[in-house]
Amino acid sequence: MVANFLRAPMNEKKVLKLKAEIHILKDQCKGCGFCIHYCPKKVLEESDEINARGVHPPRVVDEKNCILCSFCTAVCPDFAIFVRGKQCMDGC
Amino acid sequence: MGGDKAVLTGVHFMSGDIACAEGAIAAGCRFFAGYPITPATEIAEHMAARMPEVGGIYIQMEDEIASIAAVIGASYAGLKAMTATSGPGFSLMQENIGLAVMTEAPCVIVDVMRGGPSTGQPTLPGQQDVMQVKWGSHGDYEIIALAPSSVQEMFDFTVEAFNLAETYRVPTFVMADEIVAHMWERVVIPPPENIRIVNRKKPSVSRDDYMPFMPDDDLVPPMACFGEGYRFHATGLTHDERGYPRTQDSEVQTRLVQRLCDKIRKNADKIVRVEEVMLDDADVVVVAYGIVARSALSAVRRAREQGVKAGLLRLITLWPFPGKHVAKAAEKAKAIIVPEMNCGQIVREVERAAKTTPAYHVPKLGENPHTPMEIFAAIRRHG
Amino acid sequence: MAGAFEHPFAVYLRAAMIPHIWCSGCGNGVILNAFIHALDELRMDLDKFVVVSGIGCIGRTAGYTNVDSFHTTHGRAIPFATGVKLAKPELEVVVISGDGDLFAIGGNHFIHAARRNIGIKVICANNFNYGMTGGQVGPTTPLEALTTTTPYGNVEHPFNLVHLATASGATYVARWTTLHVRMLTMSIKKLLQRKGFSFIEVVSPCPEIYGRRNNMRTGLEMMEWFRKASVIANFSDPAKAEITPEKIVVGEFVDIEKPTYEQLLYGKIAKIVKKE
Repeated sequence: MVANFLRAPMNEKKVLKLKAEIHILKDQCKGCGFCIHYCPKKVLEESDEINARGVHPPRVVDEKNCILCSFCTAVCPDFAIFVRGKQCMDGC
Repeated sequence: MGGDKAVLTGVHFMSGDIACAEGAIAAGCRFFAGYPITPATEIAEHMAARMPEVGGIYIQMEDEIASIAAVIGASYAGLKAMTATSGPGFSLMQENIGLAVMTEAPCVIVDVMRGGPSTGQPTLPGQQDVMQVKWGSHGDYEIIALAPSSVQEMFDFTVEAFNLAETYRVPTFVMADEIVAHMWERVVIPPPENIRIVNRKKPSVSRDDYMPFMPDDDLVPPMACFGEGYRFHATGLTHDERGYPRTQDSEVQTRLVQRLCDKIRKNADKIVRVEEVMLDDADVVVVAYGIVARSALSAVRRAREQGVKAGLLRLITLWPFPGKHVAKAAEKAKAIIVPEMNCGQIVREVERAAKTTPAYHVPKLGENPHTPMEIFAAIRRHG
Repeated sequence: MAGAFEHPFAVYLRAAMIPHIWCSGCGNGVILNAFIHALDELRMDLDKFVVVSGIGCIGRTAGYTNVDSFHTTHGRAIPFATGVKLAKPELEVVVISGDGDLFAIGGNHFIHAARRNIGIKVICANNFNYGMTGGQVGPTTPLEALTTTTPYGNVEHPFNLVHLATASGATYVARWTTLHVRMLTMSIKKLLQRKGFSFIEVVSPCPEIYGRRNNMRTGLEMMEWFRKASVIANFSDPAKAEITPEKIVVGEFVDIEKPTYEQLLYGKIAKIVKKE
């Protein structure tokens, strides 16, 4: 019985992890800043570039910090950002 | 749906309102939305009883604006739909009549005219909405309006109204009055195979190629309906052939609005119907419509008996206006008499068409339509 | 024509109509996003789906969604949708419109559709004012708020929409803000799965027109108000579900079942046709 509750520790190197792939459709952005402000991991920041609409679209600070919550995708009023999970071994 | 219950073939004694409802059902109407109003209420009451028998929908809405909006919705969902009202309700409907015009929703609106303005005379006849039906909603547009003179025509013209609405994708009006609506007369309902039924053109192209407002040569676009897989958009805004809003584009506005007018104007010869009685040699032409045309016919016959060359031009189609017929009758005539239950409405169109021949209006407001003697007196006076 | 830009939801949008007309920081896009998210998760049959809207900024939604759609005149989305639903009850009919459209000019239609329990679904973007015409007072404008037609502060009491919907007979009633995108999406999924008249109010930022007159110059500032003021109180008394500068009560308020108008009507028709 006891064996049922025992588990080997997870080998992080061997587990397939989802890696974030953040897509920003720069020219669709109207610069509201919702994605930047409400990202729980502060993955995004305002960029210096000016897009076709004359605003600063977001840019990715560190994709590795993204936890794939996709709040940015959901809160974007302009369908200008979405996150995809990519399965890969650590280090890909 | 409905089977043999839909067409009550046979000889009946019925009121104009009931005949109108039966005409609608015979024409394939399976959706009625309305709001009670004298003198059109009996149409709604009869529809409430009859619609379920043929598998159709009756709904009493919260007002007339909602009624016409629901009718347009049902039409876009694929049903033949109608509403019936009188002056005050007709005024409320004007907004969405414009929407039906703009989105080319086939539908039938019955206006049983009573005395106005405002609440006016709910139980008495009038012909005071015959300009409102043409011009009541804002913007430029054309519609089709028919004027029945008898209970039989309440049946026949309601069928015809559905056929015209489906053919031209335009709101079509039956402009009745309190008398033809409440009068009881003999009505012959033919067997279904003898009733001509027209259904809207359906698109023959795939979803990707379908443009909901791309007209055929007759200027009428084929109509997909909701749920048929075309996934199209329609709007009351100025729109292009795809149905997409183009509110800043004068070319699109011109093309759209001109076509909405032209699909009726250029097909007017096919739409317009009149009845011509003893017009060939007429010196005096009486132009009349609706219940008044019956008095006018009597007056014209009396005049002929007394040697006056009188004739009757009865307008069956009020809109598009039968201007060519008026012009032709006016050529040989010395005078035109226009008796109407209003202070002078259709007479203005008659004057425009008659050019140099004088048109004399004979107004009648209040309780009854003109007596034959009153119209006869006008014939004598101007003949 | 759909799917011409790279986004997982692009297939749900009419590419030729995107970008939408809404301002930066406007909540309408968030509502459209949540709506499409719900459609996507439910794998709805989009050939049997109709979106109807009225007039106003959010009224353009009908044109953006790649399903059968109709953009009615001001206030008439609900009666139009009623006609569609009765004529073809197998269609899913959703009305997406604004507070002025649904509750001022269209208020009478709303209460009667709810009373009848006709199976249409209504999503209302409440942005506290008439945005498209430049920011006039509306039926949900808070007391003392500044608009172009209340330059000295609003003296009209606003509607409590969830209370109104509940009292009128709606079988599903919820309120969220555009910050509650997860709850909103979950709620829209429920709305689409309910049979009867269902209603969601979405408190939505209108920074350009409303916010800047009321000390909230950006969409973010309005969203921050929602974040700080929102209190989730599921199935609390909708009569007490206030919207004030200090407190925005959100949550689900009603989730009940009762026969829909079309069920009762078609039931009657079936009996009458059989008897004949």
